[in-house]
Amino acid sequence: MNAVSALELGRQIRDGERSAVEATDAVLARIGERDAGLGALREATVEHARTTAAEIDRRVAAGEAMGPLAGVPVALKDNICTRGLPTTCGSRILEGWRPPYDATVVTRLAAAGMVTVGKTNMDEFAMGSSTENSAYEATVNPLDSSRVPGGSSGGSAAAVAAGLVPLALGSDTGGSIRQPAAFCGVVGVKPTYGRVSRFGLVAYASSLDQIGPFATNVADAAALLEAIAGHDAMDSTSIPEAFPDITARLGDGVDGLRVGLPREFLGDGIAEDVRRRVHAAADALAAAGAVVDETSVPAAAHALSAYYIIAPAEASSNLSRFDGVRFGVRKDAPTTPEMYDLTRSAGFGHEVKNRIMLGTYALSAGYYDAYYGTAQKVRTLVIADFDAAYERFDVLLAPTAPTTAFPRNTLVHDPVKLYQQDICTIPTNLAGHPAMSVPFGTGDDGLPVGVQVLAPALGEVDMFRVAAVLEEVAP
Amino acid sequence: MSESVGGTGETFVTNRPQQPQNPAVPDGWEIIIGLEVHAELATHTKLFSGSLNEFGGEPNTNIDPVTLGLPGALPVLNRQAVELAIRTGLALNCTVQRSVFARKNYFYPDMPKGYQISQYDLPINVDGWLEIPAGQDGAATRIGIERAHLEEDTGKSSHMGGASGRIHDAAYSLIDFNRAGVPLLEIVGRPDLRTADEAKAYVSELRDILVAVGASDGKMEEGSMRVDCNVSVRRIGEGLGTRCEIKNVNTLRGLGRAIDYEARRQIDLINSGEEVQQETRHWNDDTGRTSTLRSKEEATDYRYFPEPDLVVVDPGPEWIESVRAALPMLPRERRARLVERTEVSARGAAIVVERGLDNLVVAAIEAGGDPNRTITHAEHNLAGDDAGRLTPEGLAALTRLEVEGAVTATQAKTLLAAMVERGPSADPVAIAAELGFEAMKSDELDAIVDRLIAEFPDDWAKFCGGENKVMGFFVGQVMKATQGKADGKAVTAALNARKP
Amino acid sequence: MPERITRDDVEAVARLARLRLTDAELDLSAKELDAILGHADDIASLDLAGVEPTSHPYPLGNVFRDDVATPSLDRDEVLAAAPAAEDGMFRVPPVIGEEP
Repeated sequence: MNAVSALELGRQIRDGERSAVEATDAVLARIGERDAGLGALREATVEHARTTAAEIDRRVAAGEAMGPLAGVPVALKDNICTRGLPTTCGSRILEGWRPPYDATVVTRLAAAGMVTVGKTNMDEFAMGSSTENSAYEATVNPLDSSRVPGGSSGGSAAAVAAGLVPLALGSDTGGSIRQPAAFCGVVGVKPTYGRVSRFGLVAYASSLDQIGPFATNVADAAALLEAIAGHDAMDSTSIPEAFPDITARLGDGVDGLRVGLPREFLGDGIAEDVRRRVHAAADALAAAGAVVDETSVPAAAHALSAYYIIAPAEASSNLSRFDGVRFGVRKDAPTTPEMYDLTRSAGFGHEVKNRIMLGTYALSAGYYDAYYGTAQKVRTLVIADFDAAYERFDVLLAPTAPTTAFPRNTLVHDPVKLYQQDICTIPTNLAGHPAMSVPFGTGDDGLPVGVQVLAPALGEVDMFRVAAVLEEVAP
Repeated sequence: MSESVGGTGETFVTNRPQQPQNPAVPDGWEIIIGLEVHAELATHTKLFSGSLNEFGGEPNTNIDPVTLGLPGALPVLNRQAVELAIRTGLALNCTVQRSVFARKNYFYPDMPKGYQISQYDLPINVDGWLEIPAGQDGAATRIGIERAHLEEDTGKSSHMGGASGRIHDAAYSLIDFNRAGVPLLEIVGRPDLRTADEAKAYVSELRDILVAVGASDGKMEEGSMRVDCNVSVRRIGEGLGTRCEIKNVNTLRGLGRAIDYEARRQIDLINSGEEVQQETRHWNDDTGRTSTLRSKEEATDYRYFPEPDLVVVDPGPEWIESVRAALPMLPRERRARLVERTEVSARGAAIVVERGLDNLVVAAIEAGGDPNRTITHAEHNLAGDDAGRLTPEGLAALTRLEVEGAVTATQAKTLLAAMVERGPSADPVAIAAELGFEAMKSDELDAIVDRLIAEFPDDWAKFCGGENKVMGFFVGQVMKATQGKADGKAVTAALNARKP
Repeated sequence: MPERITRDDVEAVARLARLRLTDAELDLSAKELDAILGHADDIASLDLAGVEPTSHPYPLGNVFRDDVATPSLDRDEVLAAAPAAEDGMFRVPPVIGEEP
């Protein structure tokens, strides 16, 4: 594990106690030693990392004022475009592709002086909850190699949990940051939709996708989020409001804060040991001065159904651009239509094809109203019910996932059961609200349990205040 | 969006004059025509990204992640494209409304993302009309505009190898994405047109409007204005027939030929007891025929849904009114202005505006010119290119010479030609003097007329007996005697005045 | 909710989505997609009269860019990453049909 936090490492680099190159080399060495059995990284970007780190050291030596994370290594989920560095989305269809441009978050990490050390493994095109759906290899849970790390950002979660890197970025469409964070015992944050630019994030479901941080602790996660958040003119759905200084508010405590426990998130589908931890967390918050009470978000019960129409529908369209014409892999054929068929059939895995077909069906003539139209209306209900709950509460508390990390090769062939993994995370994606997972003790199997803090749109400050207290009192 | 045209079976023509039988079709038949026009908007950059809106040059030099549909790229809407869409919508008397972009999903190699971003159920402009100027029959006609919406253009494919270089037997294709993402305004007209000439007049008027508001250069031959044409036929008074959409019409002349060909084809089918199939047809300008491109059954399911990467566009009254206030005078208003200020016919006004001479006419009238003589010169004696050779003051001075009787109409025509030849500094008074044109005093004319009546008593008697053609003889004699200086109208008046 | 997805439906959407599935893949996908849609049956019974659809979670409007040029990508770099290129253009096998 990392001896120090990302913020402490940043301080040491700023103060000249350690160089960015040393920190980077240490990370690269750890990746070299430990990743073989883990499969967390798709690719270590060695040369790029060393060049960047050396440049940070030069600037530190020149006396430049540097940000809190300057020189700190970070790993990026492999669906975030990095100029000149491989970006595969865990798919064969992008094998060998090097984007000719950087995602906005990559530009912002560079501006913060951070050092990208690698791209992390993921379920193909972020479709999955176990990182067993990568076309390249499965990632394993660093805490128990017989378990999955969660997904789809399992590579990022595992890399941080294993201490390979202090920080990583993932993307969350239906829980893909929070669920692996819970399974691996780290902090994972999905910001309000529109807080972090999606420009350069290879889209799964455009109206749900959001990039967010993984860290070993709440303060590091806040610092990384602050580095990447804020308005971006390249993303039409980017929120114009300035991102607040969360770090300054981390110590505010929860005295008087109203915390709701929504019934729908604590029902039958949730394992008893997980439920106990959530109630324990609620008790701890009450002890710290919060006002805790039960509440209800009725439409959340239908969120999963709506999600598994909306996300595949958008995906079916988003993934049309993978056609073998302009980039990526092509399978040759005598005509262009046949080339499309062969390229896409060979390039996409089974789950991706399933979701493309499901989405195509949901949007097709005669079915649009019954499926896509209905799902979008359910989305309206979910938002309305959350809004009602947030009239009485500042934040909501829930499990992140229904269970602790499940065994490998169990759910990957049962889509419906696998989708149930997302039951606690999906409602916030539909609503566009922020939510984060904080480790809070373990389940009966000794594996970490994540408690999820949910907040209304733009409610990141309160969400982080609660997370900071939970971190402090966690068993 | 051809699926929405003519679906209601309603016709929206207002103030349509009684139509004479269209000579292109047999008696009792009529053609129903609705046009969809794609106009490239004259922005600096593309609809959703900062690459230049320029193509035709070195291929793939105006490309960016959005244009190429690279993974992770996101569209951001060009404000100027919206501005030009609003301008055009207002010029077409549309309601400008809150609009939403949608994705139209289909695979084609020059459509980079696998979907086209277009406006579907909520277009920016709806329910307008365009007035086609008066034709030979003398009245202007309003043609309904169903919608005018924004969408992005595709790239361009070149089909290589094979015998003809055409798509059917090409060995492979090459794609240039410079045109991909160029902003288009698709203007969907209602099926209110009835003849090939009306269709041509509609396109021509639409082009003039687009150019007038600065929305597009309107060059059909260069592809910056592309016309798809829906044609059906029916026996007058019966319900609408099955329509075919005709593509690949690249000139106004081709449009007219394609419509008349297609109407004949459909009538022949019906007359021989067959049915017209709803389909998309390809116009071949060389053979003068249309042929099947795609049947209705082959039509793609586009799976439209709201584009999640873009937000609603809601211009609001302030923006709309500021655009309206800044609109230039439109062709229809320019025609109306001439009709209002002179005694010109609707057809004459259309010709003068078409030639771009109306501003000169109005300025000349304001400079003291005689309204009717000014417009008469513009309608009959001037070409569009001549506007720059004349000043309003010069033209006004010329008409004053006519009104004062200092020169005859025939002399004025000669003078005008001389003014055009000499350019803006030409002075009609000086030229008249130079050419020896001078006033023919009315008492001088009276004397000549009296003398001629005395000289040709038999002819005069015939004239008085009602043989009007003898008038020409007397006028000719007067002209001969005056070496053409007499004004024809004055001679006629003098002769009539002497009739018992 | 309409009748759930059949094997023929799956074949049809695969064609629309330009995917070519083997018979075994078709069987499997038909079974899995039917199960997924079956799971979504709950929303069919909801009373959604008068409920507006939501397509964006955060309500924004009128987001524009100015009509100002940004540099083009380097053509050679882009074409080098393309599966096939010729004369500064992307090369594809014969296209067959016209643009739909």
